[in-house]
Amino acid sequence: MAAVTFENVSKTYDGKVSVVDNLNLRVKEGEFLSMLGPSGSGKTTCLMMLAGFETATSGEIYLGERPISRVAPQRRNIGMVFQNYALFPHMTVAENLAFPLRVRNISKADIAPKVKRALEMVELAHLGDRLPAQLSGGQQQRVAVARALVFDPNLVLMDEPLGALDKQLREQMQYEIKRIHDRLGLTVVYVTHDQSEALTMSDTVAIFNFGKIQQLATPDEIYETPCNSFVAQFIGENNMFSGTICERGDGVCKVRLANGDQVHALTVTDAPVGATTLLSLRPERIRIDPPAADGWTITTGEVIEQIYVGDHLRVLVRVFGGHEFVVKVQNRSAGNGLTPGQKIRLGWRASDCRALDAAAGQAGAA
Amino acid sequence: MMSGTIANVRPPAAQLDGAKRRQVLRQYRRSQRRDSLRALALVAPLCVFLAVMFGWPLATMLTRAVSNDDFGAVLHRTSASLAEWDGTGTPSERVYADFAADLRQARDEQTMGQVTSALNFEWTGARSLLMRTVRQLSSEPENGWKEKLIETAPDWGNPDLWILIKRLAQPYTSRHFLAALDLEQAADGSIQGVGPEKAIYVTLFWRTLWVSAAVAGLCLVLGYPLATLLARLPLKTSNLLMMLVLLPFWTSLLVRTTSWMVLLQDNGVINSMLVWLGLVSDGNRLSLIFNVTGTLIAMTHVLLPFMILPLYSVMKSIPPSYVRAALSLGASPVTAFWQVYLPQTIPGVLAGTLMVFVLAVGYYITPALVGGQSGQLISNIIAYHMQQSLNWGLAGALGSLLLVGVLLVYWLFNRLTGGQGLRMG
Ligand SMILES: Nc1ncnc2c1ncn2[C@@H]1O[C@H](COP(=O)(O)OP(=O)(O)O)[C@@H](O)[C@H]1O
Ligand SMILES: [Mg+2]
Repeated sequence: MAAVTFENVSKTYDGKVSVVDNLNLRVKEGEFLSMLGPSGSGKTTCLMMLAGFETATSGEIYLGERPISRVAPQRRNIGMVFQNYALFPHMTVAENLAFPLRVRNISKADIAPKVKRALEMVELAHLGDRLPAQLSGGQQQRVAVARALVFDPNLVLMDEPLGALDKQLREQMQYEIKRIHDRLGLTVVYVTHDQSEALTMSDTVAIFNFGKIQQLATPDEIYETPCNSFVAQFIGENNMFSGTICERGDGVCKVRLANGDQVHALTVTDAPVGATTLLSLRPERIRIDPPAADGWTITTGEVIEQIYVGDHLRVLVRVFGGHEFVVKVQNRSAGNGLTPGQKIRLGWRASDCRALDAAAGQAGAA
Repeated sequence: MMSGTIANVRPPAAQLDGAKRRQVLRQYRRSQRRDSLRALALVAPLCVFLAVMFGWPLATMLTRAVSNDDFGAVLHRTSASLAEWDGTGTPSERVYADFAADLRQARDEQTMGQVTSALNFEWTGARSLLMRTVRQLSSEPENGWKEKLIETAPDWGNPDLWILIKRLAQPYTSRHFLAALDLEQAADGSIQGVGPEKAIYVTLFWRTLWVSAAVAGLCLVLGYPLATLLARLPLKTSNLLMMLVLLPFWTSLLVRTTSWMVLLQDNGVINSMLVWLGLVSDGNRLSLIFNVTGTLIAMTHVLLPFMILPLYSVMKSIPPSYVRAALSLGASPVTAFWQVYLPQTIPGVLAGTLMVFVLAVGYYITPALVGGQSGQLISNIIAYHMQQSLNWGLAGALGSLLLVGVLLVYWLFNRLTGGQGLRMG
């Protein structure tokens, strides 16, 4: 059963620009869904419509089976974690947690154990008497999560909840939020612009751009099989180069590049023969001195530069008469003997090179 | 000094010792001194300005409130010889002779006024008494001044009058402060209330207090919703509306007063409207101006911006996510307002209320123009004593009491806000 359904939802603030554009989305019960996209792509707006602080210009949102456009925010029973945490500064941590229970007219005797349990869940049982201002950023974040969960909501929304934390704390909190999600079987809609966060935490990732979902898939599908050039560029690192489709076969196509070279690629775009396509190729899928085998594309290139990263080396190679490819090489032994100017052979599986639509570069301001 | 192992690396300060450390300390002090001198130089003009234009007049006012200088200076011989008198029976001939000499000198130097006004304030008929006495001073008496003066006016044989003169001739006096509180010192030195027909200041203080509190309350009630709205609107719109809020500052006082009269007087716009609507009968028009109602309306109008500005700046700093969080947690909009929004605006409420209250306590021109008789506040009577009755001592005492009251309110405010003080944003 779907916990949340967006049905043809559009939203415009000014009557001109559609911030959310005819959005369709189903979130399953117990699913952890991330909305990932550049800033300004409409993620927060979606969340706000779901929480009831903005109304959709058209379309309908369902919580379970129930359309919610006429349900006031306080009756939706949705837990929400805000980016700035929005902990009430004049209440102690325990009072903050008791607030949702108090306004539900739950008796004092029942509130205390619930608050205690919620605080224990986020390992802050000893800080109940502190004011939010007396807590560190990470602790405030935990309190915000606990407060959004203490009243057993059907659904939890989080809008970039870890944006203000430093990297180490962020990773720890990612793990903790994920653990709580798994333990309580919550349905979570999670907004972020940090792709590694989305990939590590989610069951499903929705990639947003210009108010549209570009791709809705599991994290590995998003990474391995981006469906368009925006996703390919936005997620991870990709070598992008364009050419013209000159032959379409069964799932594969032949593409002619600017210098006349032809390469095979997996056809993702439905563009016809003669159309321009953008090819994407992950740096870690390129091999230097590859074995001669079927289904491999082999070419030669000239080393421009080599950058030492630590666990791997980034080799910048000029190929196809001008394109600069990044090649990731595992750092297996000290020094691999590559020097700038050196000519090398390199290759990749034709199926690792994806022929996408030509419209890359449309990404909103990231 | 660097040593090889990490364990031996200590903070640089700890490595300095003996003469080296003293030298560094000296250099540090010198640079600190230079910094503070520079800071002082920057604020010096302002300090001088404040000292001359504010500190000095304030000090003068305070000393005037307690000083008796004029009286004692004019009657310097008398006060010297009165010092030896023990206050029983009539003073000695010597006192009377000195008094005559002092009065004669005062007459010649035309400083009689200072004696007369001070004495007249406490001794009924002192003015005519002194005038009559001065006329007798030309010829030397046969049997001494004591007999002659008592002959001229029996009052001079009354020890109470001499006790009064002795008291007035002291360099310092509490009589202005007593008078400011509707008290006086009886001839025997005990403190008692003045008669009901003379008691006006305490009433005025109370009126000033409640009018100021009411104005602050009205401003809060009117300003809070408006500030909430302004804080929620986009900046462009709120800037425009803010100009309207500040409009009272830009209109001349004269125009403002005239418009109040047009609006508020018996045949003014508001009354005519009410009569026309049938809410008020023609014979029962509300008196909205030239009484305390007029003072309330006009002062609320003038002081409203001082409430709105601090409220607005505090509200602007509260992100909308707080109220949203409260709603998402299940609170009704009313609960969210009372329990989440309002508590966070308290600093603004206190700052605005204090500001309006303090300004209202000292307000002078508006009550003078639209307050009529019943709408006069303590500042108006201070102005009266400064400009018309020329009783600067009393004006100083009234002003000092007002100052103490305001400081008290400020202290209370600081206690309430936990020492955060004013927050203007
Ligand atoms: N309250 C609002 N009024 C007008 N425009 C808004 C409002 N909120 C967001 N927008 C606009 O809508 C677009 C999408 O914003 P948002 O949903 O916050 O994106 P994201 O969360 O993905 O960064 C942005 O261009 C933003 O300027
Ligand atoms: Mg956002």
